[in-house]
Amino acid sequence: MKVKMLSRNPDNYVRETKLDIQRVPRNYDPTLHPFEVPREYVRALNATKLERVFAKPFLASLDGHRDGVNCLAKHPKSLATVLSGACDGEVKIWNLTKRKCIRTIQAHEGFVRGICTRFCGTSFFTVGDDKTVKQWKMDGPGCGEEEEPLYTVLGKTVYTGIDHHWKDPAFATCGQQVDIWDEQRTSPVCSMNWGFDSISSVKFNPIETYLLGSCASDRNIVLYDMRQATPLKKVILDMRTNTICWNPMEAFNFTAANEDYNLYTFDMRALDTPVMVHLDHVSAVLDVDYSPTGKEFVSASFDKSIRIFPVDKSRSREVYHTRRMQHVICVKWTSDSKYILCGSDEMNIRLWKANASEKLGVLTSRERAANDYNQKLKEKFQYHPHVKRIARHRHLPKSIYSQIQEQRVMKEARRRKEMNRRKHSKPGSVPVVSERKKHVVAVVK
Amino acid sequence: MKSRGLPEVSSQALGRLKGVLHVDRRSVVGMETAPKPGRGDPPKKDKPQAKRKKPRRYWEEEPTPSAAGASPGPPRKKARTGEPRPPRSQSARIAQKPRFSKKPPIPKNASDWKKPQRTLSGAQDPFPGPVPAPLEVARKFCRIDKSKKLPHSKPKTQSQLEKAEAQEEEASVRAARAELLLAEEPGFLVGEDGEDTAKILQTDIVEAVDISSAAKHFDLNLRQFGPYRLNYSRTGRHLALGGRRGHVAALDWVTKKLMCEINVTEAVRDIHFLHSEALLAVAQNRWLYIYDNQGIELHCIRRCDRVTRLEFLPFHFLLATASETGFLTYLDVSVGKIVTALNARAGRLNVMAQNPYNAVIHLGHSNGTVSLWSPAMKEPLAKILCHRGGVRAVGVDSTGTYMATSGLDHQLKIFDLRGTFQPLSSRTLPQGAGHLAFSQRGLLVAGMGDVVNIWAGQGKGSPPSLEQPYLTHRLSGNVHGLQFCPFEDVLGVGHSGGITSMLVPGAAEPNFDGLESNPYRSRKQRQEWEVKALLEKVPAELICLDPRALAEVDVTTLEQQKKERIERLGYDPDAKAAFQPKAKQKGRSSTASLVKRKKKVMDQEHRDKVRQSLEQQQKKKQDKAKPGAHPSALDRFVR
Repeated sequence: MKVKMLSRNPDNYVRETKLDIQRVPRNYDPTLHPFEVPREYVRALNATKLERVFAKPFLASLDGHRDGVNCLAKHPKSLATVLSGACDGEVKIWNLTKRKCIRTIQAHEGFVRGICTRFCGTSFFTVGDDKTVKQWKMDGPGCGEEEEPLYTVLGKTVYTGIDHHWKDPAFATCGQQVDIWDEQRTSPVCSMNWGFDSISSVKFNPIETYLLGSCASDRNIVLYDMRQATPLKKVILDMRTNTICWNPMEAFNFTAANEDYNLYTFDMRALDTPVMVHLDHVSAVLDVDYSPTGKEFVSASFDKSIRIFPVDKSRSREVYHTRRMQHVICVKWTSDSKYILCGSDEMNIRLWKANASEKLGVLTSRERAANDYNQKLKEKFQYHPHVKRIARHRHLPKSIYSQIQEQRVMKEARRRKEMNRRKHSKPGSVPVVSERKKHVVAVVK
Repeated sequence: MKSRGLPEVSSQALGRLKGVLHVDRRSVVGMETAPKPGRGDPPKKDKPQAKRKKPRRYWEEEPTPSAAGASPGPPRKKARTGEPRPPRSQSARIAQKPRFSKKPPIPKNASDWKKPQRTLSGAQDPFPGPVPAPLEVARKFCRIDKSKKLPHSKPKTQSQLEKAEAQEEEASVRAARAELLLAEEPGFLVGEDGEDTAKILQTDIVEAVDISSAAKHFDLNLRQFGPYRLNYSRTGRHLALGGRRGHVAALDWVTKKLMCEINVTEAVRDIHFLHSEALLAVAQNRWLYIYDNQGIELHCIRRCDRVTRLEFLPFHFLLATASETGFLTYLDVSVGKIVTALNARAGRLNVMAQNPYNAVIHLGHSNGTVSLWSPAMKEPLAKILCHRGGVRAVGVDSTGTYMATSGLDHQLKIFDLRGTFQPLSSRTLPQGAGHLAFSQRGLLVAGMGDVVNIWAGQGKGSPPSLEQPYLTHRLSGNVHGLQFCPFEDVLGVGHSGGITSMLVPGAAEPNFDGLESNPYRSRKQRQEWEVKALLEKVPAELICLDPRALAEVDVTTLEQQKKERIERLGYDPDAKAAFQPKAKQKGRSSTASLVKRKKKVMDQEHRDKVRQSLEQQQKKKQDKAKPGAHPSALDRFVR
């Protein structure tokens, strides 16, 4: 007879002293872990509920401006420095860690239409309604000096936007045409236009740095190449585009903020169909900015809210609003992809978290592991009805909510009318136009 | 003859070696050679010298030109060169002999030369890549059935599913690789040649094992308060026993430390621990009572009256009670509410078992059927006709694969629970088994009168073999309760004479998971575990036959949503558009040409369909041909 009993030494399973950590032997046999999927489902539900409980995105309000905030700019080297321009010509430089204004400049008479920083961060440029382009030093004036611009250019027309090249000492302004300027000259190096148009925004591509995109009042989006001083391509939409923004990771993609409540992501190689139509806003979209990761962007709207969209999805994942925030005119995503800044009509700049329930500060390794596990659980069970309902639930102001209902009714009425028209016509005579192709009128080369 | 020849050869070789040495000395000292008289010997030796000198010439040719060049001082240089010559020649000869004599070893030498070169350069690793995980072990951890495919899903969904499957496979490989770290080995009992393990007595096992294991076998003689029911806690350290005449006790059975002992002055029908050893449920004559581990009565639940059997579902925090009135009641012990009360409509409920895999309650009835119940359904999930007489005992193994039943017809049957509920094996017992239980590793125990029989399977995943018992034990009273202790090779038997703790080698899972059930957990760890268990309490609505249904894609709802979408939109957005030929230039897009091209595409599609249908017909014919071969008269000779 050969016999062996199961006999464990307790010293192998109990810690020696109270100063040691407890020993936890692991066995991944599925028999020892029954109900894996239901327990994971309950954990996913708990993680989703805790995410909604800890969603506190609003961090700070930067007060100080005496008129609506019209434009924002980030410092390319310093995460804590932000510049803002107001409708009364005032430019303020803010420190985000202290949440204070560290400098105030009366830059223009009338609107500050655009503000941008040089790629090295030593100076910034402003344009305004007084037909001037001014260059300012990023650091303050010395002791006893007065606030004076480094450089002033007197133009002949009103300028509506400005953007600086990402590598070369050149910048572009827009107004009645797109002008390319050298920093050392008082007249533009070249001017580009396509017909007679009033151009409202111009943006340099951060990767293909010689490409510019601009949007005009005549429903156009025009792409330019700086090297050959000619327009490349033009796409005409249903309504006016307010501003565009290039994807910092994918060189050929950009997103246009349109007046018809939608945003359109285009591939500049194929402008006849947008890659994605983002349609959650209920009023005109005024500004858009990409996350440094290139996977998400944030949009500012006239409906007094900002929304965060994934690049490849049609619906937003987040909506931020407060009771006192009026029409949001400009928005920026910080370079560490953690915060969002928005400037609105009632003279405030608001600081938000990019992920509403994210814990700020340093996470311990256990916290990080638990957070990663919760993210994976939410991703795995995201299509279950209970998890989906809790994850997608957002409180909305009554004006936005009623506007959403109203637009849903109108959209349903249009769909029903089109369906009836197709039903009562000869088969094939009323074509089915996909949602993406509806909004592009023409592409001109 | 041959044996004699070998030493001759060796002696000849030795002689040759000596001769060679002599020759060297003679050549060095020319004077001594003249006085030696043996002139006849030198010519014989000269011949082998000449033969051996041939390879020497390659060595001698090199120094000779230098010697010729150095003609002015020949004697001194020659003397100097003469000294190192003997070791070189010796080494050369030693090396040469194995070459000539052993031709086959030469490639081995070559291979030996190559290996150090590779190791020195480090170019080739003999074990490249990670350690391969054994496939059969990885299959144990695999949870995804790759044969299932989603019907007509989009490429994005397909890629997401493939990515998830790859991650799942990677996880199973890692878990299989972690099997190496399991330290404990399961117990076993093997008889010697011809020895029957069923005849081995407990006293023999106790004498053969170590002291700490021998201490796990004990008998509690408690004859005064009647037959005993017993229950082990989930970690296996605590034992609760309830006597028929009101004796209730809880103790740490390893250290024999008594936690509490009371007499409830009422008949006790069943006893069960709740989620930890701090709470105890006792089914008394009229109502259900909850006690703590100090014996203090906490609750008296009057809605559960005349309870006969108790089962606790640990992940759902549900206490299931079967009563004489025919009701199966689920009590949520975390919030103190009765979730549901199901009427089984089968008279008195006296036979009850829990499937640990999916938390379904198995009830045995007097008409020979076993019904499966879930709190979310008013009707049984399944009904299985098991016996011609009434069912006396039901047991389900820990993986939820096999169910054992015994009935009044003296049959012991094992059923397959994986969807078909078919009987796998059966056996007639001399006495019907009144109690059945499975161990963690698949051993089946049956209590019949005052005898306990244990059957074992071939391995962990196989059903127990009912031909030959594995162990047998005779008790001092009739069996009233049976349970295997978790994580210990111990079987607890409650009988009319008290409690017996039996040693059953190989019954328990040797490696526990410290995050699930830890027999050595401290009080702090128990508190933490309790909080997490309550946070992850599974709702009662999720109890169904397949607990993994939540991880599957809901294809039915998907189809329904698709139909609703088509109805709402008026057309199918996923349908493939009709072929529209591209307009060609230079007069090649006439109406006839367009119609011809459309027709060509339609004919091609039609041809593909015809080919597919033909293939299906051929498969059917092949299937038909196979049974047709059976009645052939020549099959007798093939056998």
